[in-house]
Amino acid sequence: MSSVAPTPTDTPTLDATEVVVVGGRRFSFNVRESGIYVAFLAIVVLFSVLTDGALLEPQNISNIIVQNSYILILAIGMILVIIGGHIDLSAGSVVAVCGAVSAVLMVNHDVPWPVALLVTIVVGAFIGAWQGYWVAYFGIPAFIVTLAGMLIFRALTLTVLGNQGIGPFPDGVRTLSNGFTPGYLGNVALGPLGGADLVSLLAAFAAVGGIVVTQWRARAARVTYRQQVDPIALFVVKMLGMAIGILFVVVQLARFKNLPWVLVLLAVLVLGYTLMAGRTVFGRHIYAVGGNLQAARLSGVDVRRVTFWIFVNMGALAAVAGVIFAGRLNQAGPTAGNAFELDAIAAAFIGGAAVQGGVGKVAGAITGGLIMGVINNGMSLIGSPSERVMLVKGAVLLAAVAFDVWTKRRAESAAR
Amino acid sequence: MSDDILRMRGITKRFPGVLALEDVNLTVRRGEIHAVCGENGAGKSTLMKVLSGVYPHGSYDGEIEFDGEPCRFDGIRDSEHRGIVIIHQELALVPQLSIAENIFLGNEQAVRGLVNWNRTNVAAGELLDRVGLAENPVARIQDLGVGKQQLVEIAKALSKRVKLLILDEPTAALNDDDSEHLLGLLRGLRDQGITSVIISHKLNEIEEIADRTTVLRDGRTIETLDMRADEVSQDRIIRSMVGRDLDHRFPPHTPTIGAEVLRIEDWTVHSPTQAGRAVVRRANLTLRRGEIVGLAGLMGAGRTELAMSVFGRSWGTGISGRVYKDGREIELRSVRDAIGHGIAYATEDRKRYGLNLVEDIKRNVSSAALDKLSRRGLVDENREYEVASGFRDSMNIKAPSVLVGAGKLSGGNQQKVVLSKWIYTDADVLILDEPTRGIDVGAKFEIYTIINRLADEGRAVLMISSELPELLGMCDRIYTLSSGRITGEVARQDATQELLMQYMTREEELAE
Repeated sequence: MSSVAPTPTDTPTLDATEVVVVGGRRFSFNVRESGIYVAFLAIVVLFSVLTDGALLEPQNISNIIVQNSYILILAIGMILVIIGGHIDLSAGSVVAVCGAVSAVLMVNHDVPWPVALLVTIVVGAFIGAWQGYWVAYFGIPAFIVTLAGMLIFRALTLTVLGNQGIGPFPDGVRTLSNGFTPGYLGNVALGPLGGADLVSLLAAFAAVGGIVVTQWRARAARVTYRQQVDPIALFVVKMLGMAIGILFVVVQLARFKNLPWVLVLLAVLVLGYTLMAGRTVFGRHIYAVGGNLQAARLSGVDVRRVTFWIFVNMGALAAVAGVIFAGRLNQAGPTAGNAFELDAIAAAFIGGAAVQGGVGKVAGAITGGLIMGVINNGMSLIGSPSERVMLVKGAVLLAAVAFDVWTKRRAESAAR
Repeated sequence: MSDDILRMRGITKRFPGVLALEDVNLTVRRGEIHAVCGENGAGKSTLMKVLSGVYPHGSYDGEIEFDGEPCRFDGIRDSEHRGIVIIHQELALVPQLSIAENIFLGNEQAVRGLVNWNRTNVAAGELLDRVGLAENPVARIQDLGVGKQQLVEIAKALSKRVKLLILDEPTAALNDDDSEHLLGLLRGLRDQGITSVIISHKLNEIEEIADRTTVLRDGRTIETLDMRADEVSQDRIIRSMVGRDLDHRFPPHTPTIGAEVLRIEDWTVHSPTQAGRAVVRRANLTLRRGEIVGLAGLMGAGRTELAMSVFGRSWGTGISGRVYKDGREIELRSVRDAIGHGIAYATEDRKRYGLNLVEDIKRNVSSAALDKLSRRGLVDENREYEVASGFRDSMNIKAPSVLVGAGKLSGGNQQKVVLSKWIYTDADVLILDEPTRGIDVGAKFEIYTIINRLADEGRAVLMISSELPELLGMCDRIYTLSSGRITGEVARQDATQELLMQYMTREEELAE
């Protein structure tokens, strides 16, 4: 017998040790959760140096956001699918078919673009419902259902498009995917940095202020309930880091062409989905189902309903990504969205999702997606050939998951 | 040759921050059955892992001498090569492969790289004869019951010319017949000169089979008892295990029994996998407030099936019958319905069905009653923390905070988390399926105390257990179940193990 039965039993004293080991003595620094943000920062610094600062030029920051927006939108849906213990291989094909549907509506039938966008999202949701039905109610593994979906929806894309690209898209859609907020209040001078859009700056200050206030209130509430909180110094450092990050990005954007509309959309989605995943009953149910399906079922969670809606949500987000991608290219094409699902899945896993399900965060998936985006962008700036970019991205994915497995194993052996 | 086949001297094993074993000594005589017992976390499994080389030489202090020679095992292969085979509680068989393939897994009967299937199957057949298992060697493992799988494991050990067989909780998952057979087999092997070390929680088995018993507590050897010479009773072993006298294994309790709260009538449940087979047949039972009611039955009698089918039809098909709550008939179509009507079911298999091991204590406690903690779909996390911390204190869950992962707790503390979860749903009918399985003696007492408290608060408790002394010690009334039928209802003062066993094995005369 070469396998060793696990020994999960331990004594209460071990729990105390465990906290000392994991919690650290002064800082409750969780390596597994915070590691990803540190890694992101390191990669940004690395490529800023390698590109002599070109990475952080105003136009380049704008490019990174716009070029990766659809992957990030998919990553939000994907992380929820993965937390729920499933996978979606069809996301790229759904992006394509939704882009095609929106093109037919907007270009061929002159449907007003907001209406067409809405219809497309509903179509995406129905595609998600179709897949969710097979996974949740029929009991076929998501891997198979969405692999089939990958083929089926690619085929539908070709049918809808009649094997050719459809374009150009109405201005509204192109602005949403590619455009920037207009400078309602004009520019202000920022000394040597030149002029910057006032609205963008105000938005940034509002965002920073909002985050600081909510975080502070959450901290205060936790103190009232006598929960463990970060020491005040660490809290200030974290908030300062966050504020500097946001202000830096927005100032750069404000010096260029103001805020990209997709950034506004992304901010809303990230905020909404973070709240949904972390604070709502439905979000909790996703974690419960992914963590232990049977336990969730016996705790009264309607596990099939939860699984079904995870896929509906994924379909709807893929539709949004599809319209934005098509609008950016100004054309819905038959090969749109190829391999997007792989980028979204990689983003989720780099961002700390667990292969077994039950673990992961929206912010993590976004950071994972940005890590890949910065690597893509940074390497193309220094003129790396695409095969090398692919190689590095593959290595980063493997390294991220290996690190996750390693820290988990270390925590376990420390607990034993 | 010396009389001792194994001498472990001064074994000390450290993990980061923890001393798991401290100067442990274990001497096993040639040809004896040697029991090792101790509470969970006492170091039994760690000691066996040191012995079998899972923890290689150098990762611990002390000496091991086997068969007169010092041992420096670098892995499980080394120890197996010397004739030490360990059979874990979780069996290491491949369900999709045949008995013969499993027996010779890693030791294939091959000629020049090609497996000789005739030789494999014939050799396996001979080994099956030795362990008394009448099965075809080409039968697949997944078609065998746990008891037979255990025998296959032993056959596998025999194929490796085992000298010292180590069994970790071999009868934990077996019914009485299979346990009896297994223990008989160990005696037979002893007569053939094979030495066994058996780790067990079941003291009556140890009393029955062991020649000597070594007790571990907190990573140290306490003593080795000669089961043949001394007058060694179970109480004597328990005292040594817990380091204190356990005059009362069960907390004293005077019940205050109130009105009927749940009545089940004519309850019939069919198997979801075998069409037409009734697993529970026309069962009737009632529970009253403040009452602890036992449900006794052998393996396969349908205890868990009865409980889970009542709990929102979470098991079985073709369910018929009526359920009355506080005198009114209710429909329980889903787990949600059941929870809504104040019924809770704490599973016998905490890790698979009871807990989300990747989440913390807090989220496990709240998971069945999130609605109570949320307004307009938003969970109030601070109140959740407060609620969970309250349970940590009142249930004495040993963890520094409720943010500790449920997977890191010991069995007893995990069970307290499961109980907290159900208490927080405001259930007034609690079905507890094997509430003390895999829990050490000290923690069992705590669980019993909690169960009594729940009854005193006016809830009704239905307690399913395989341990008859536990039912006798805890319950005000006991139902017996046999082949899906309620075959008896015994009041506390009339109940004896013999009577219950009689009812539990009563079958034919009741058949229609």
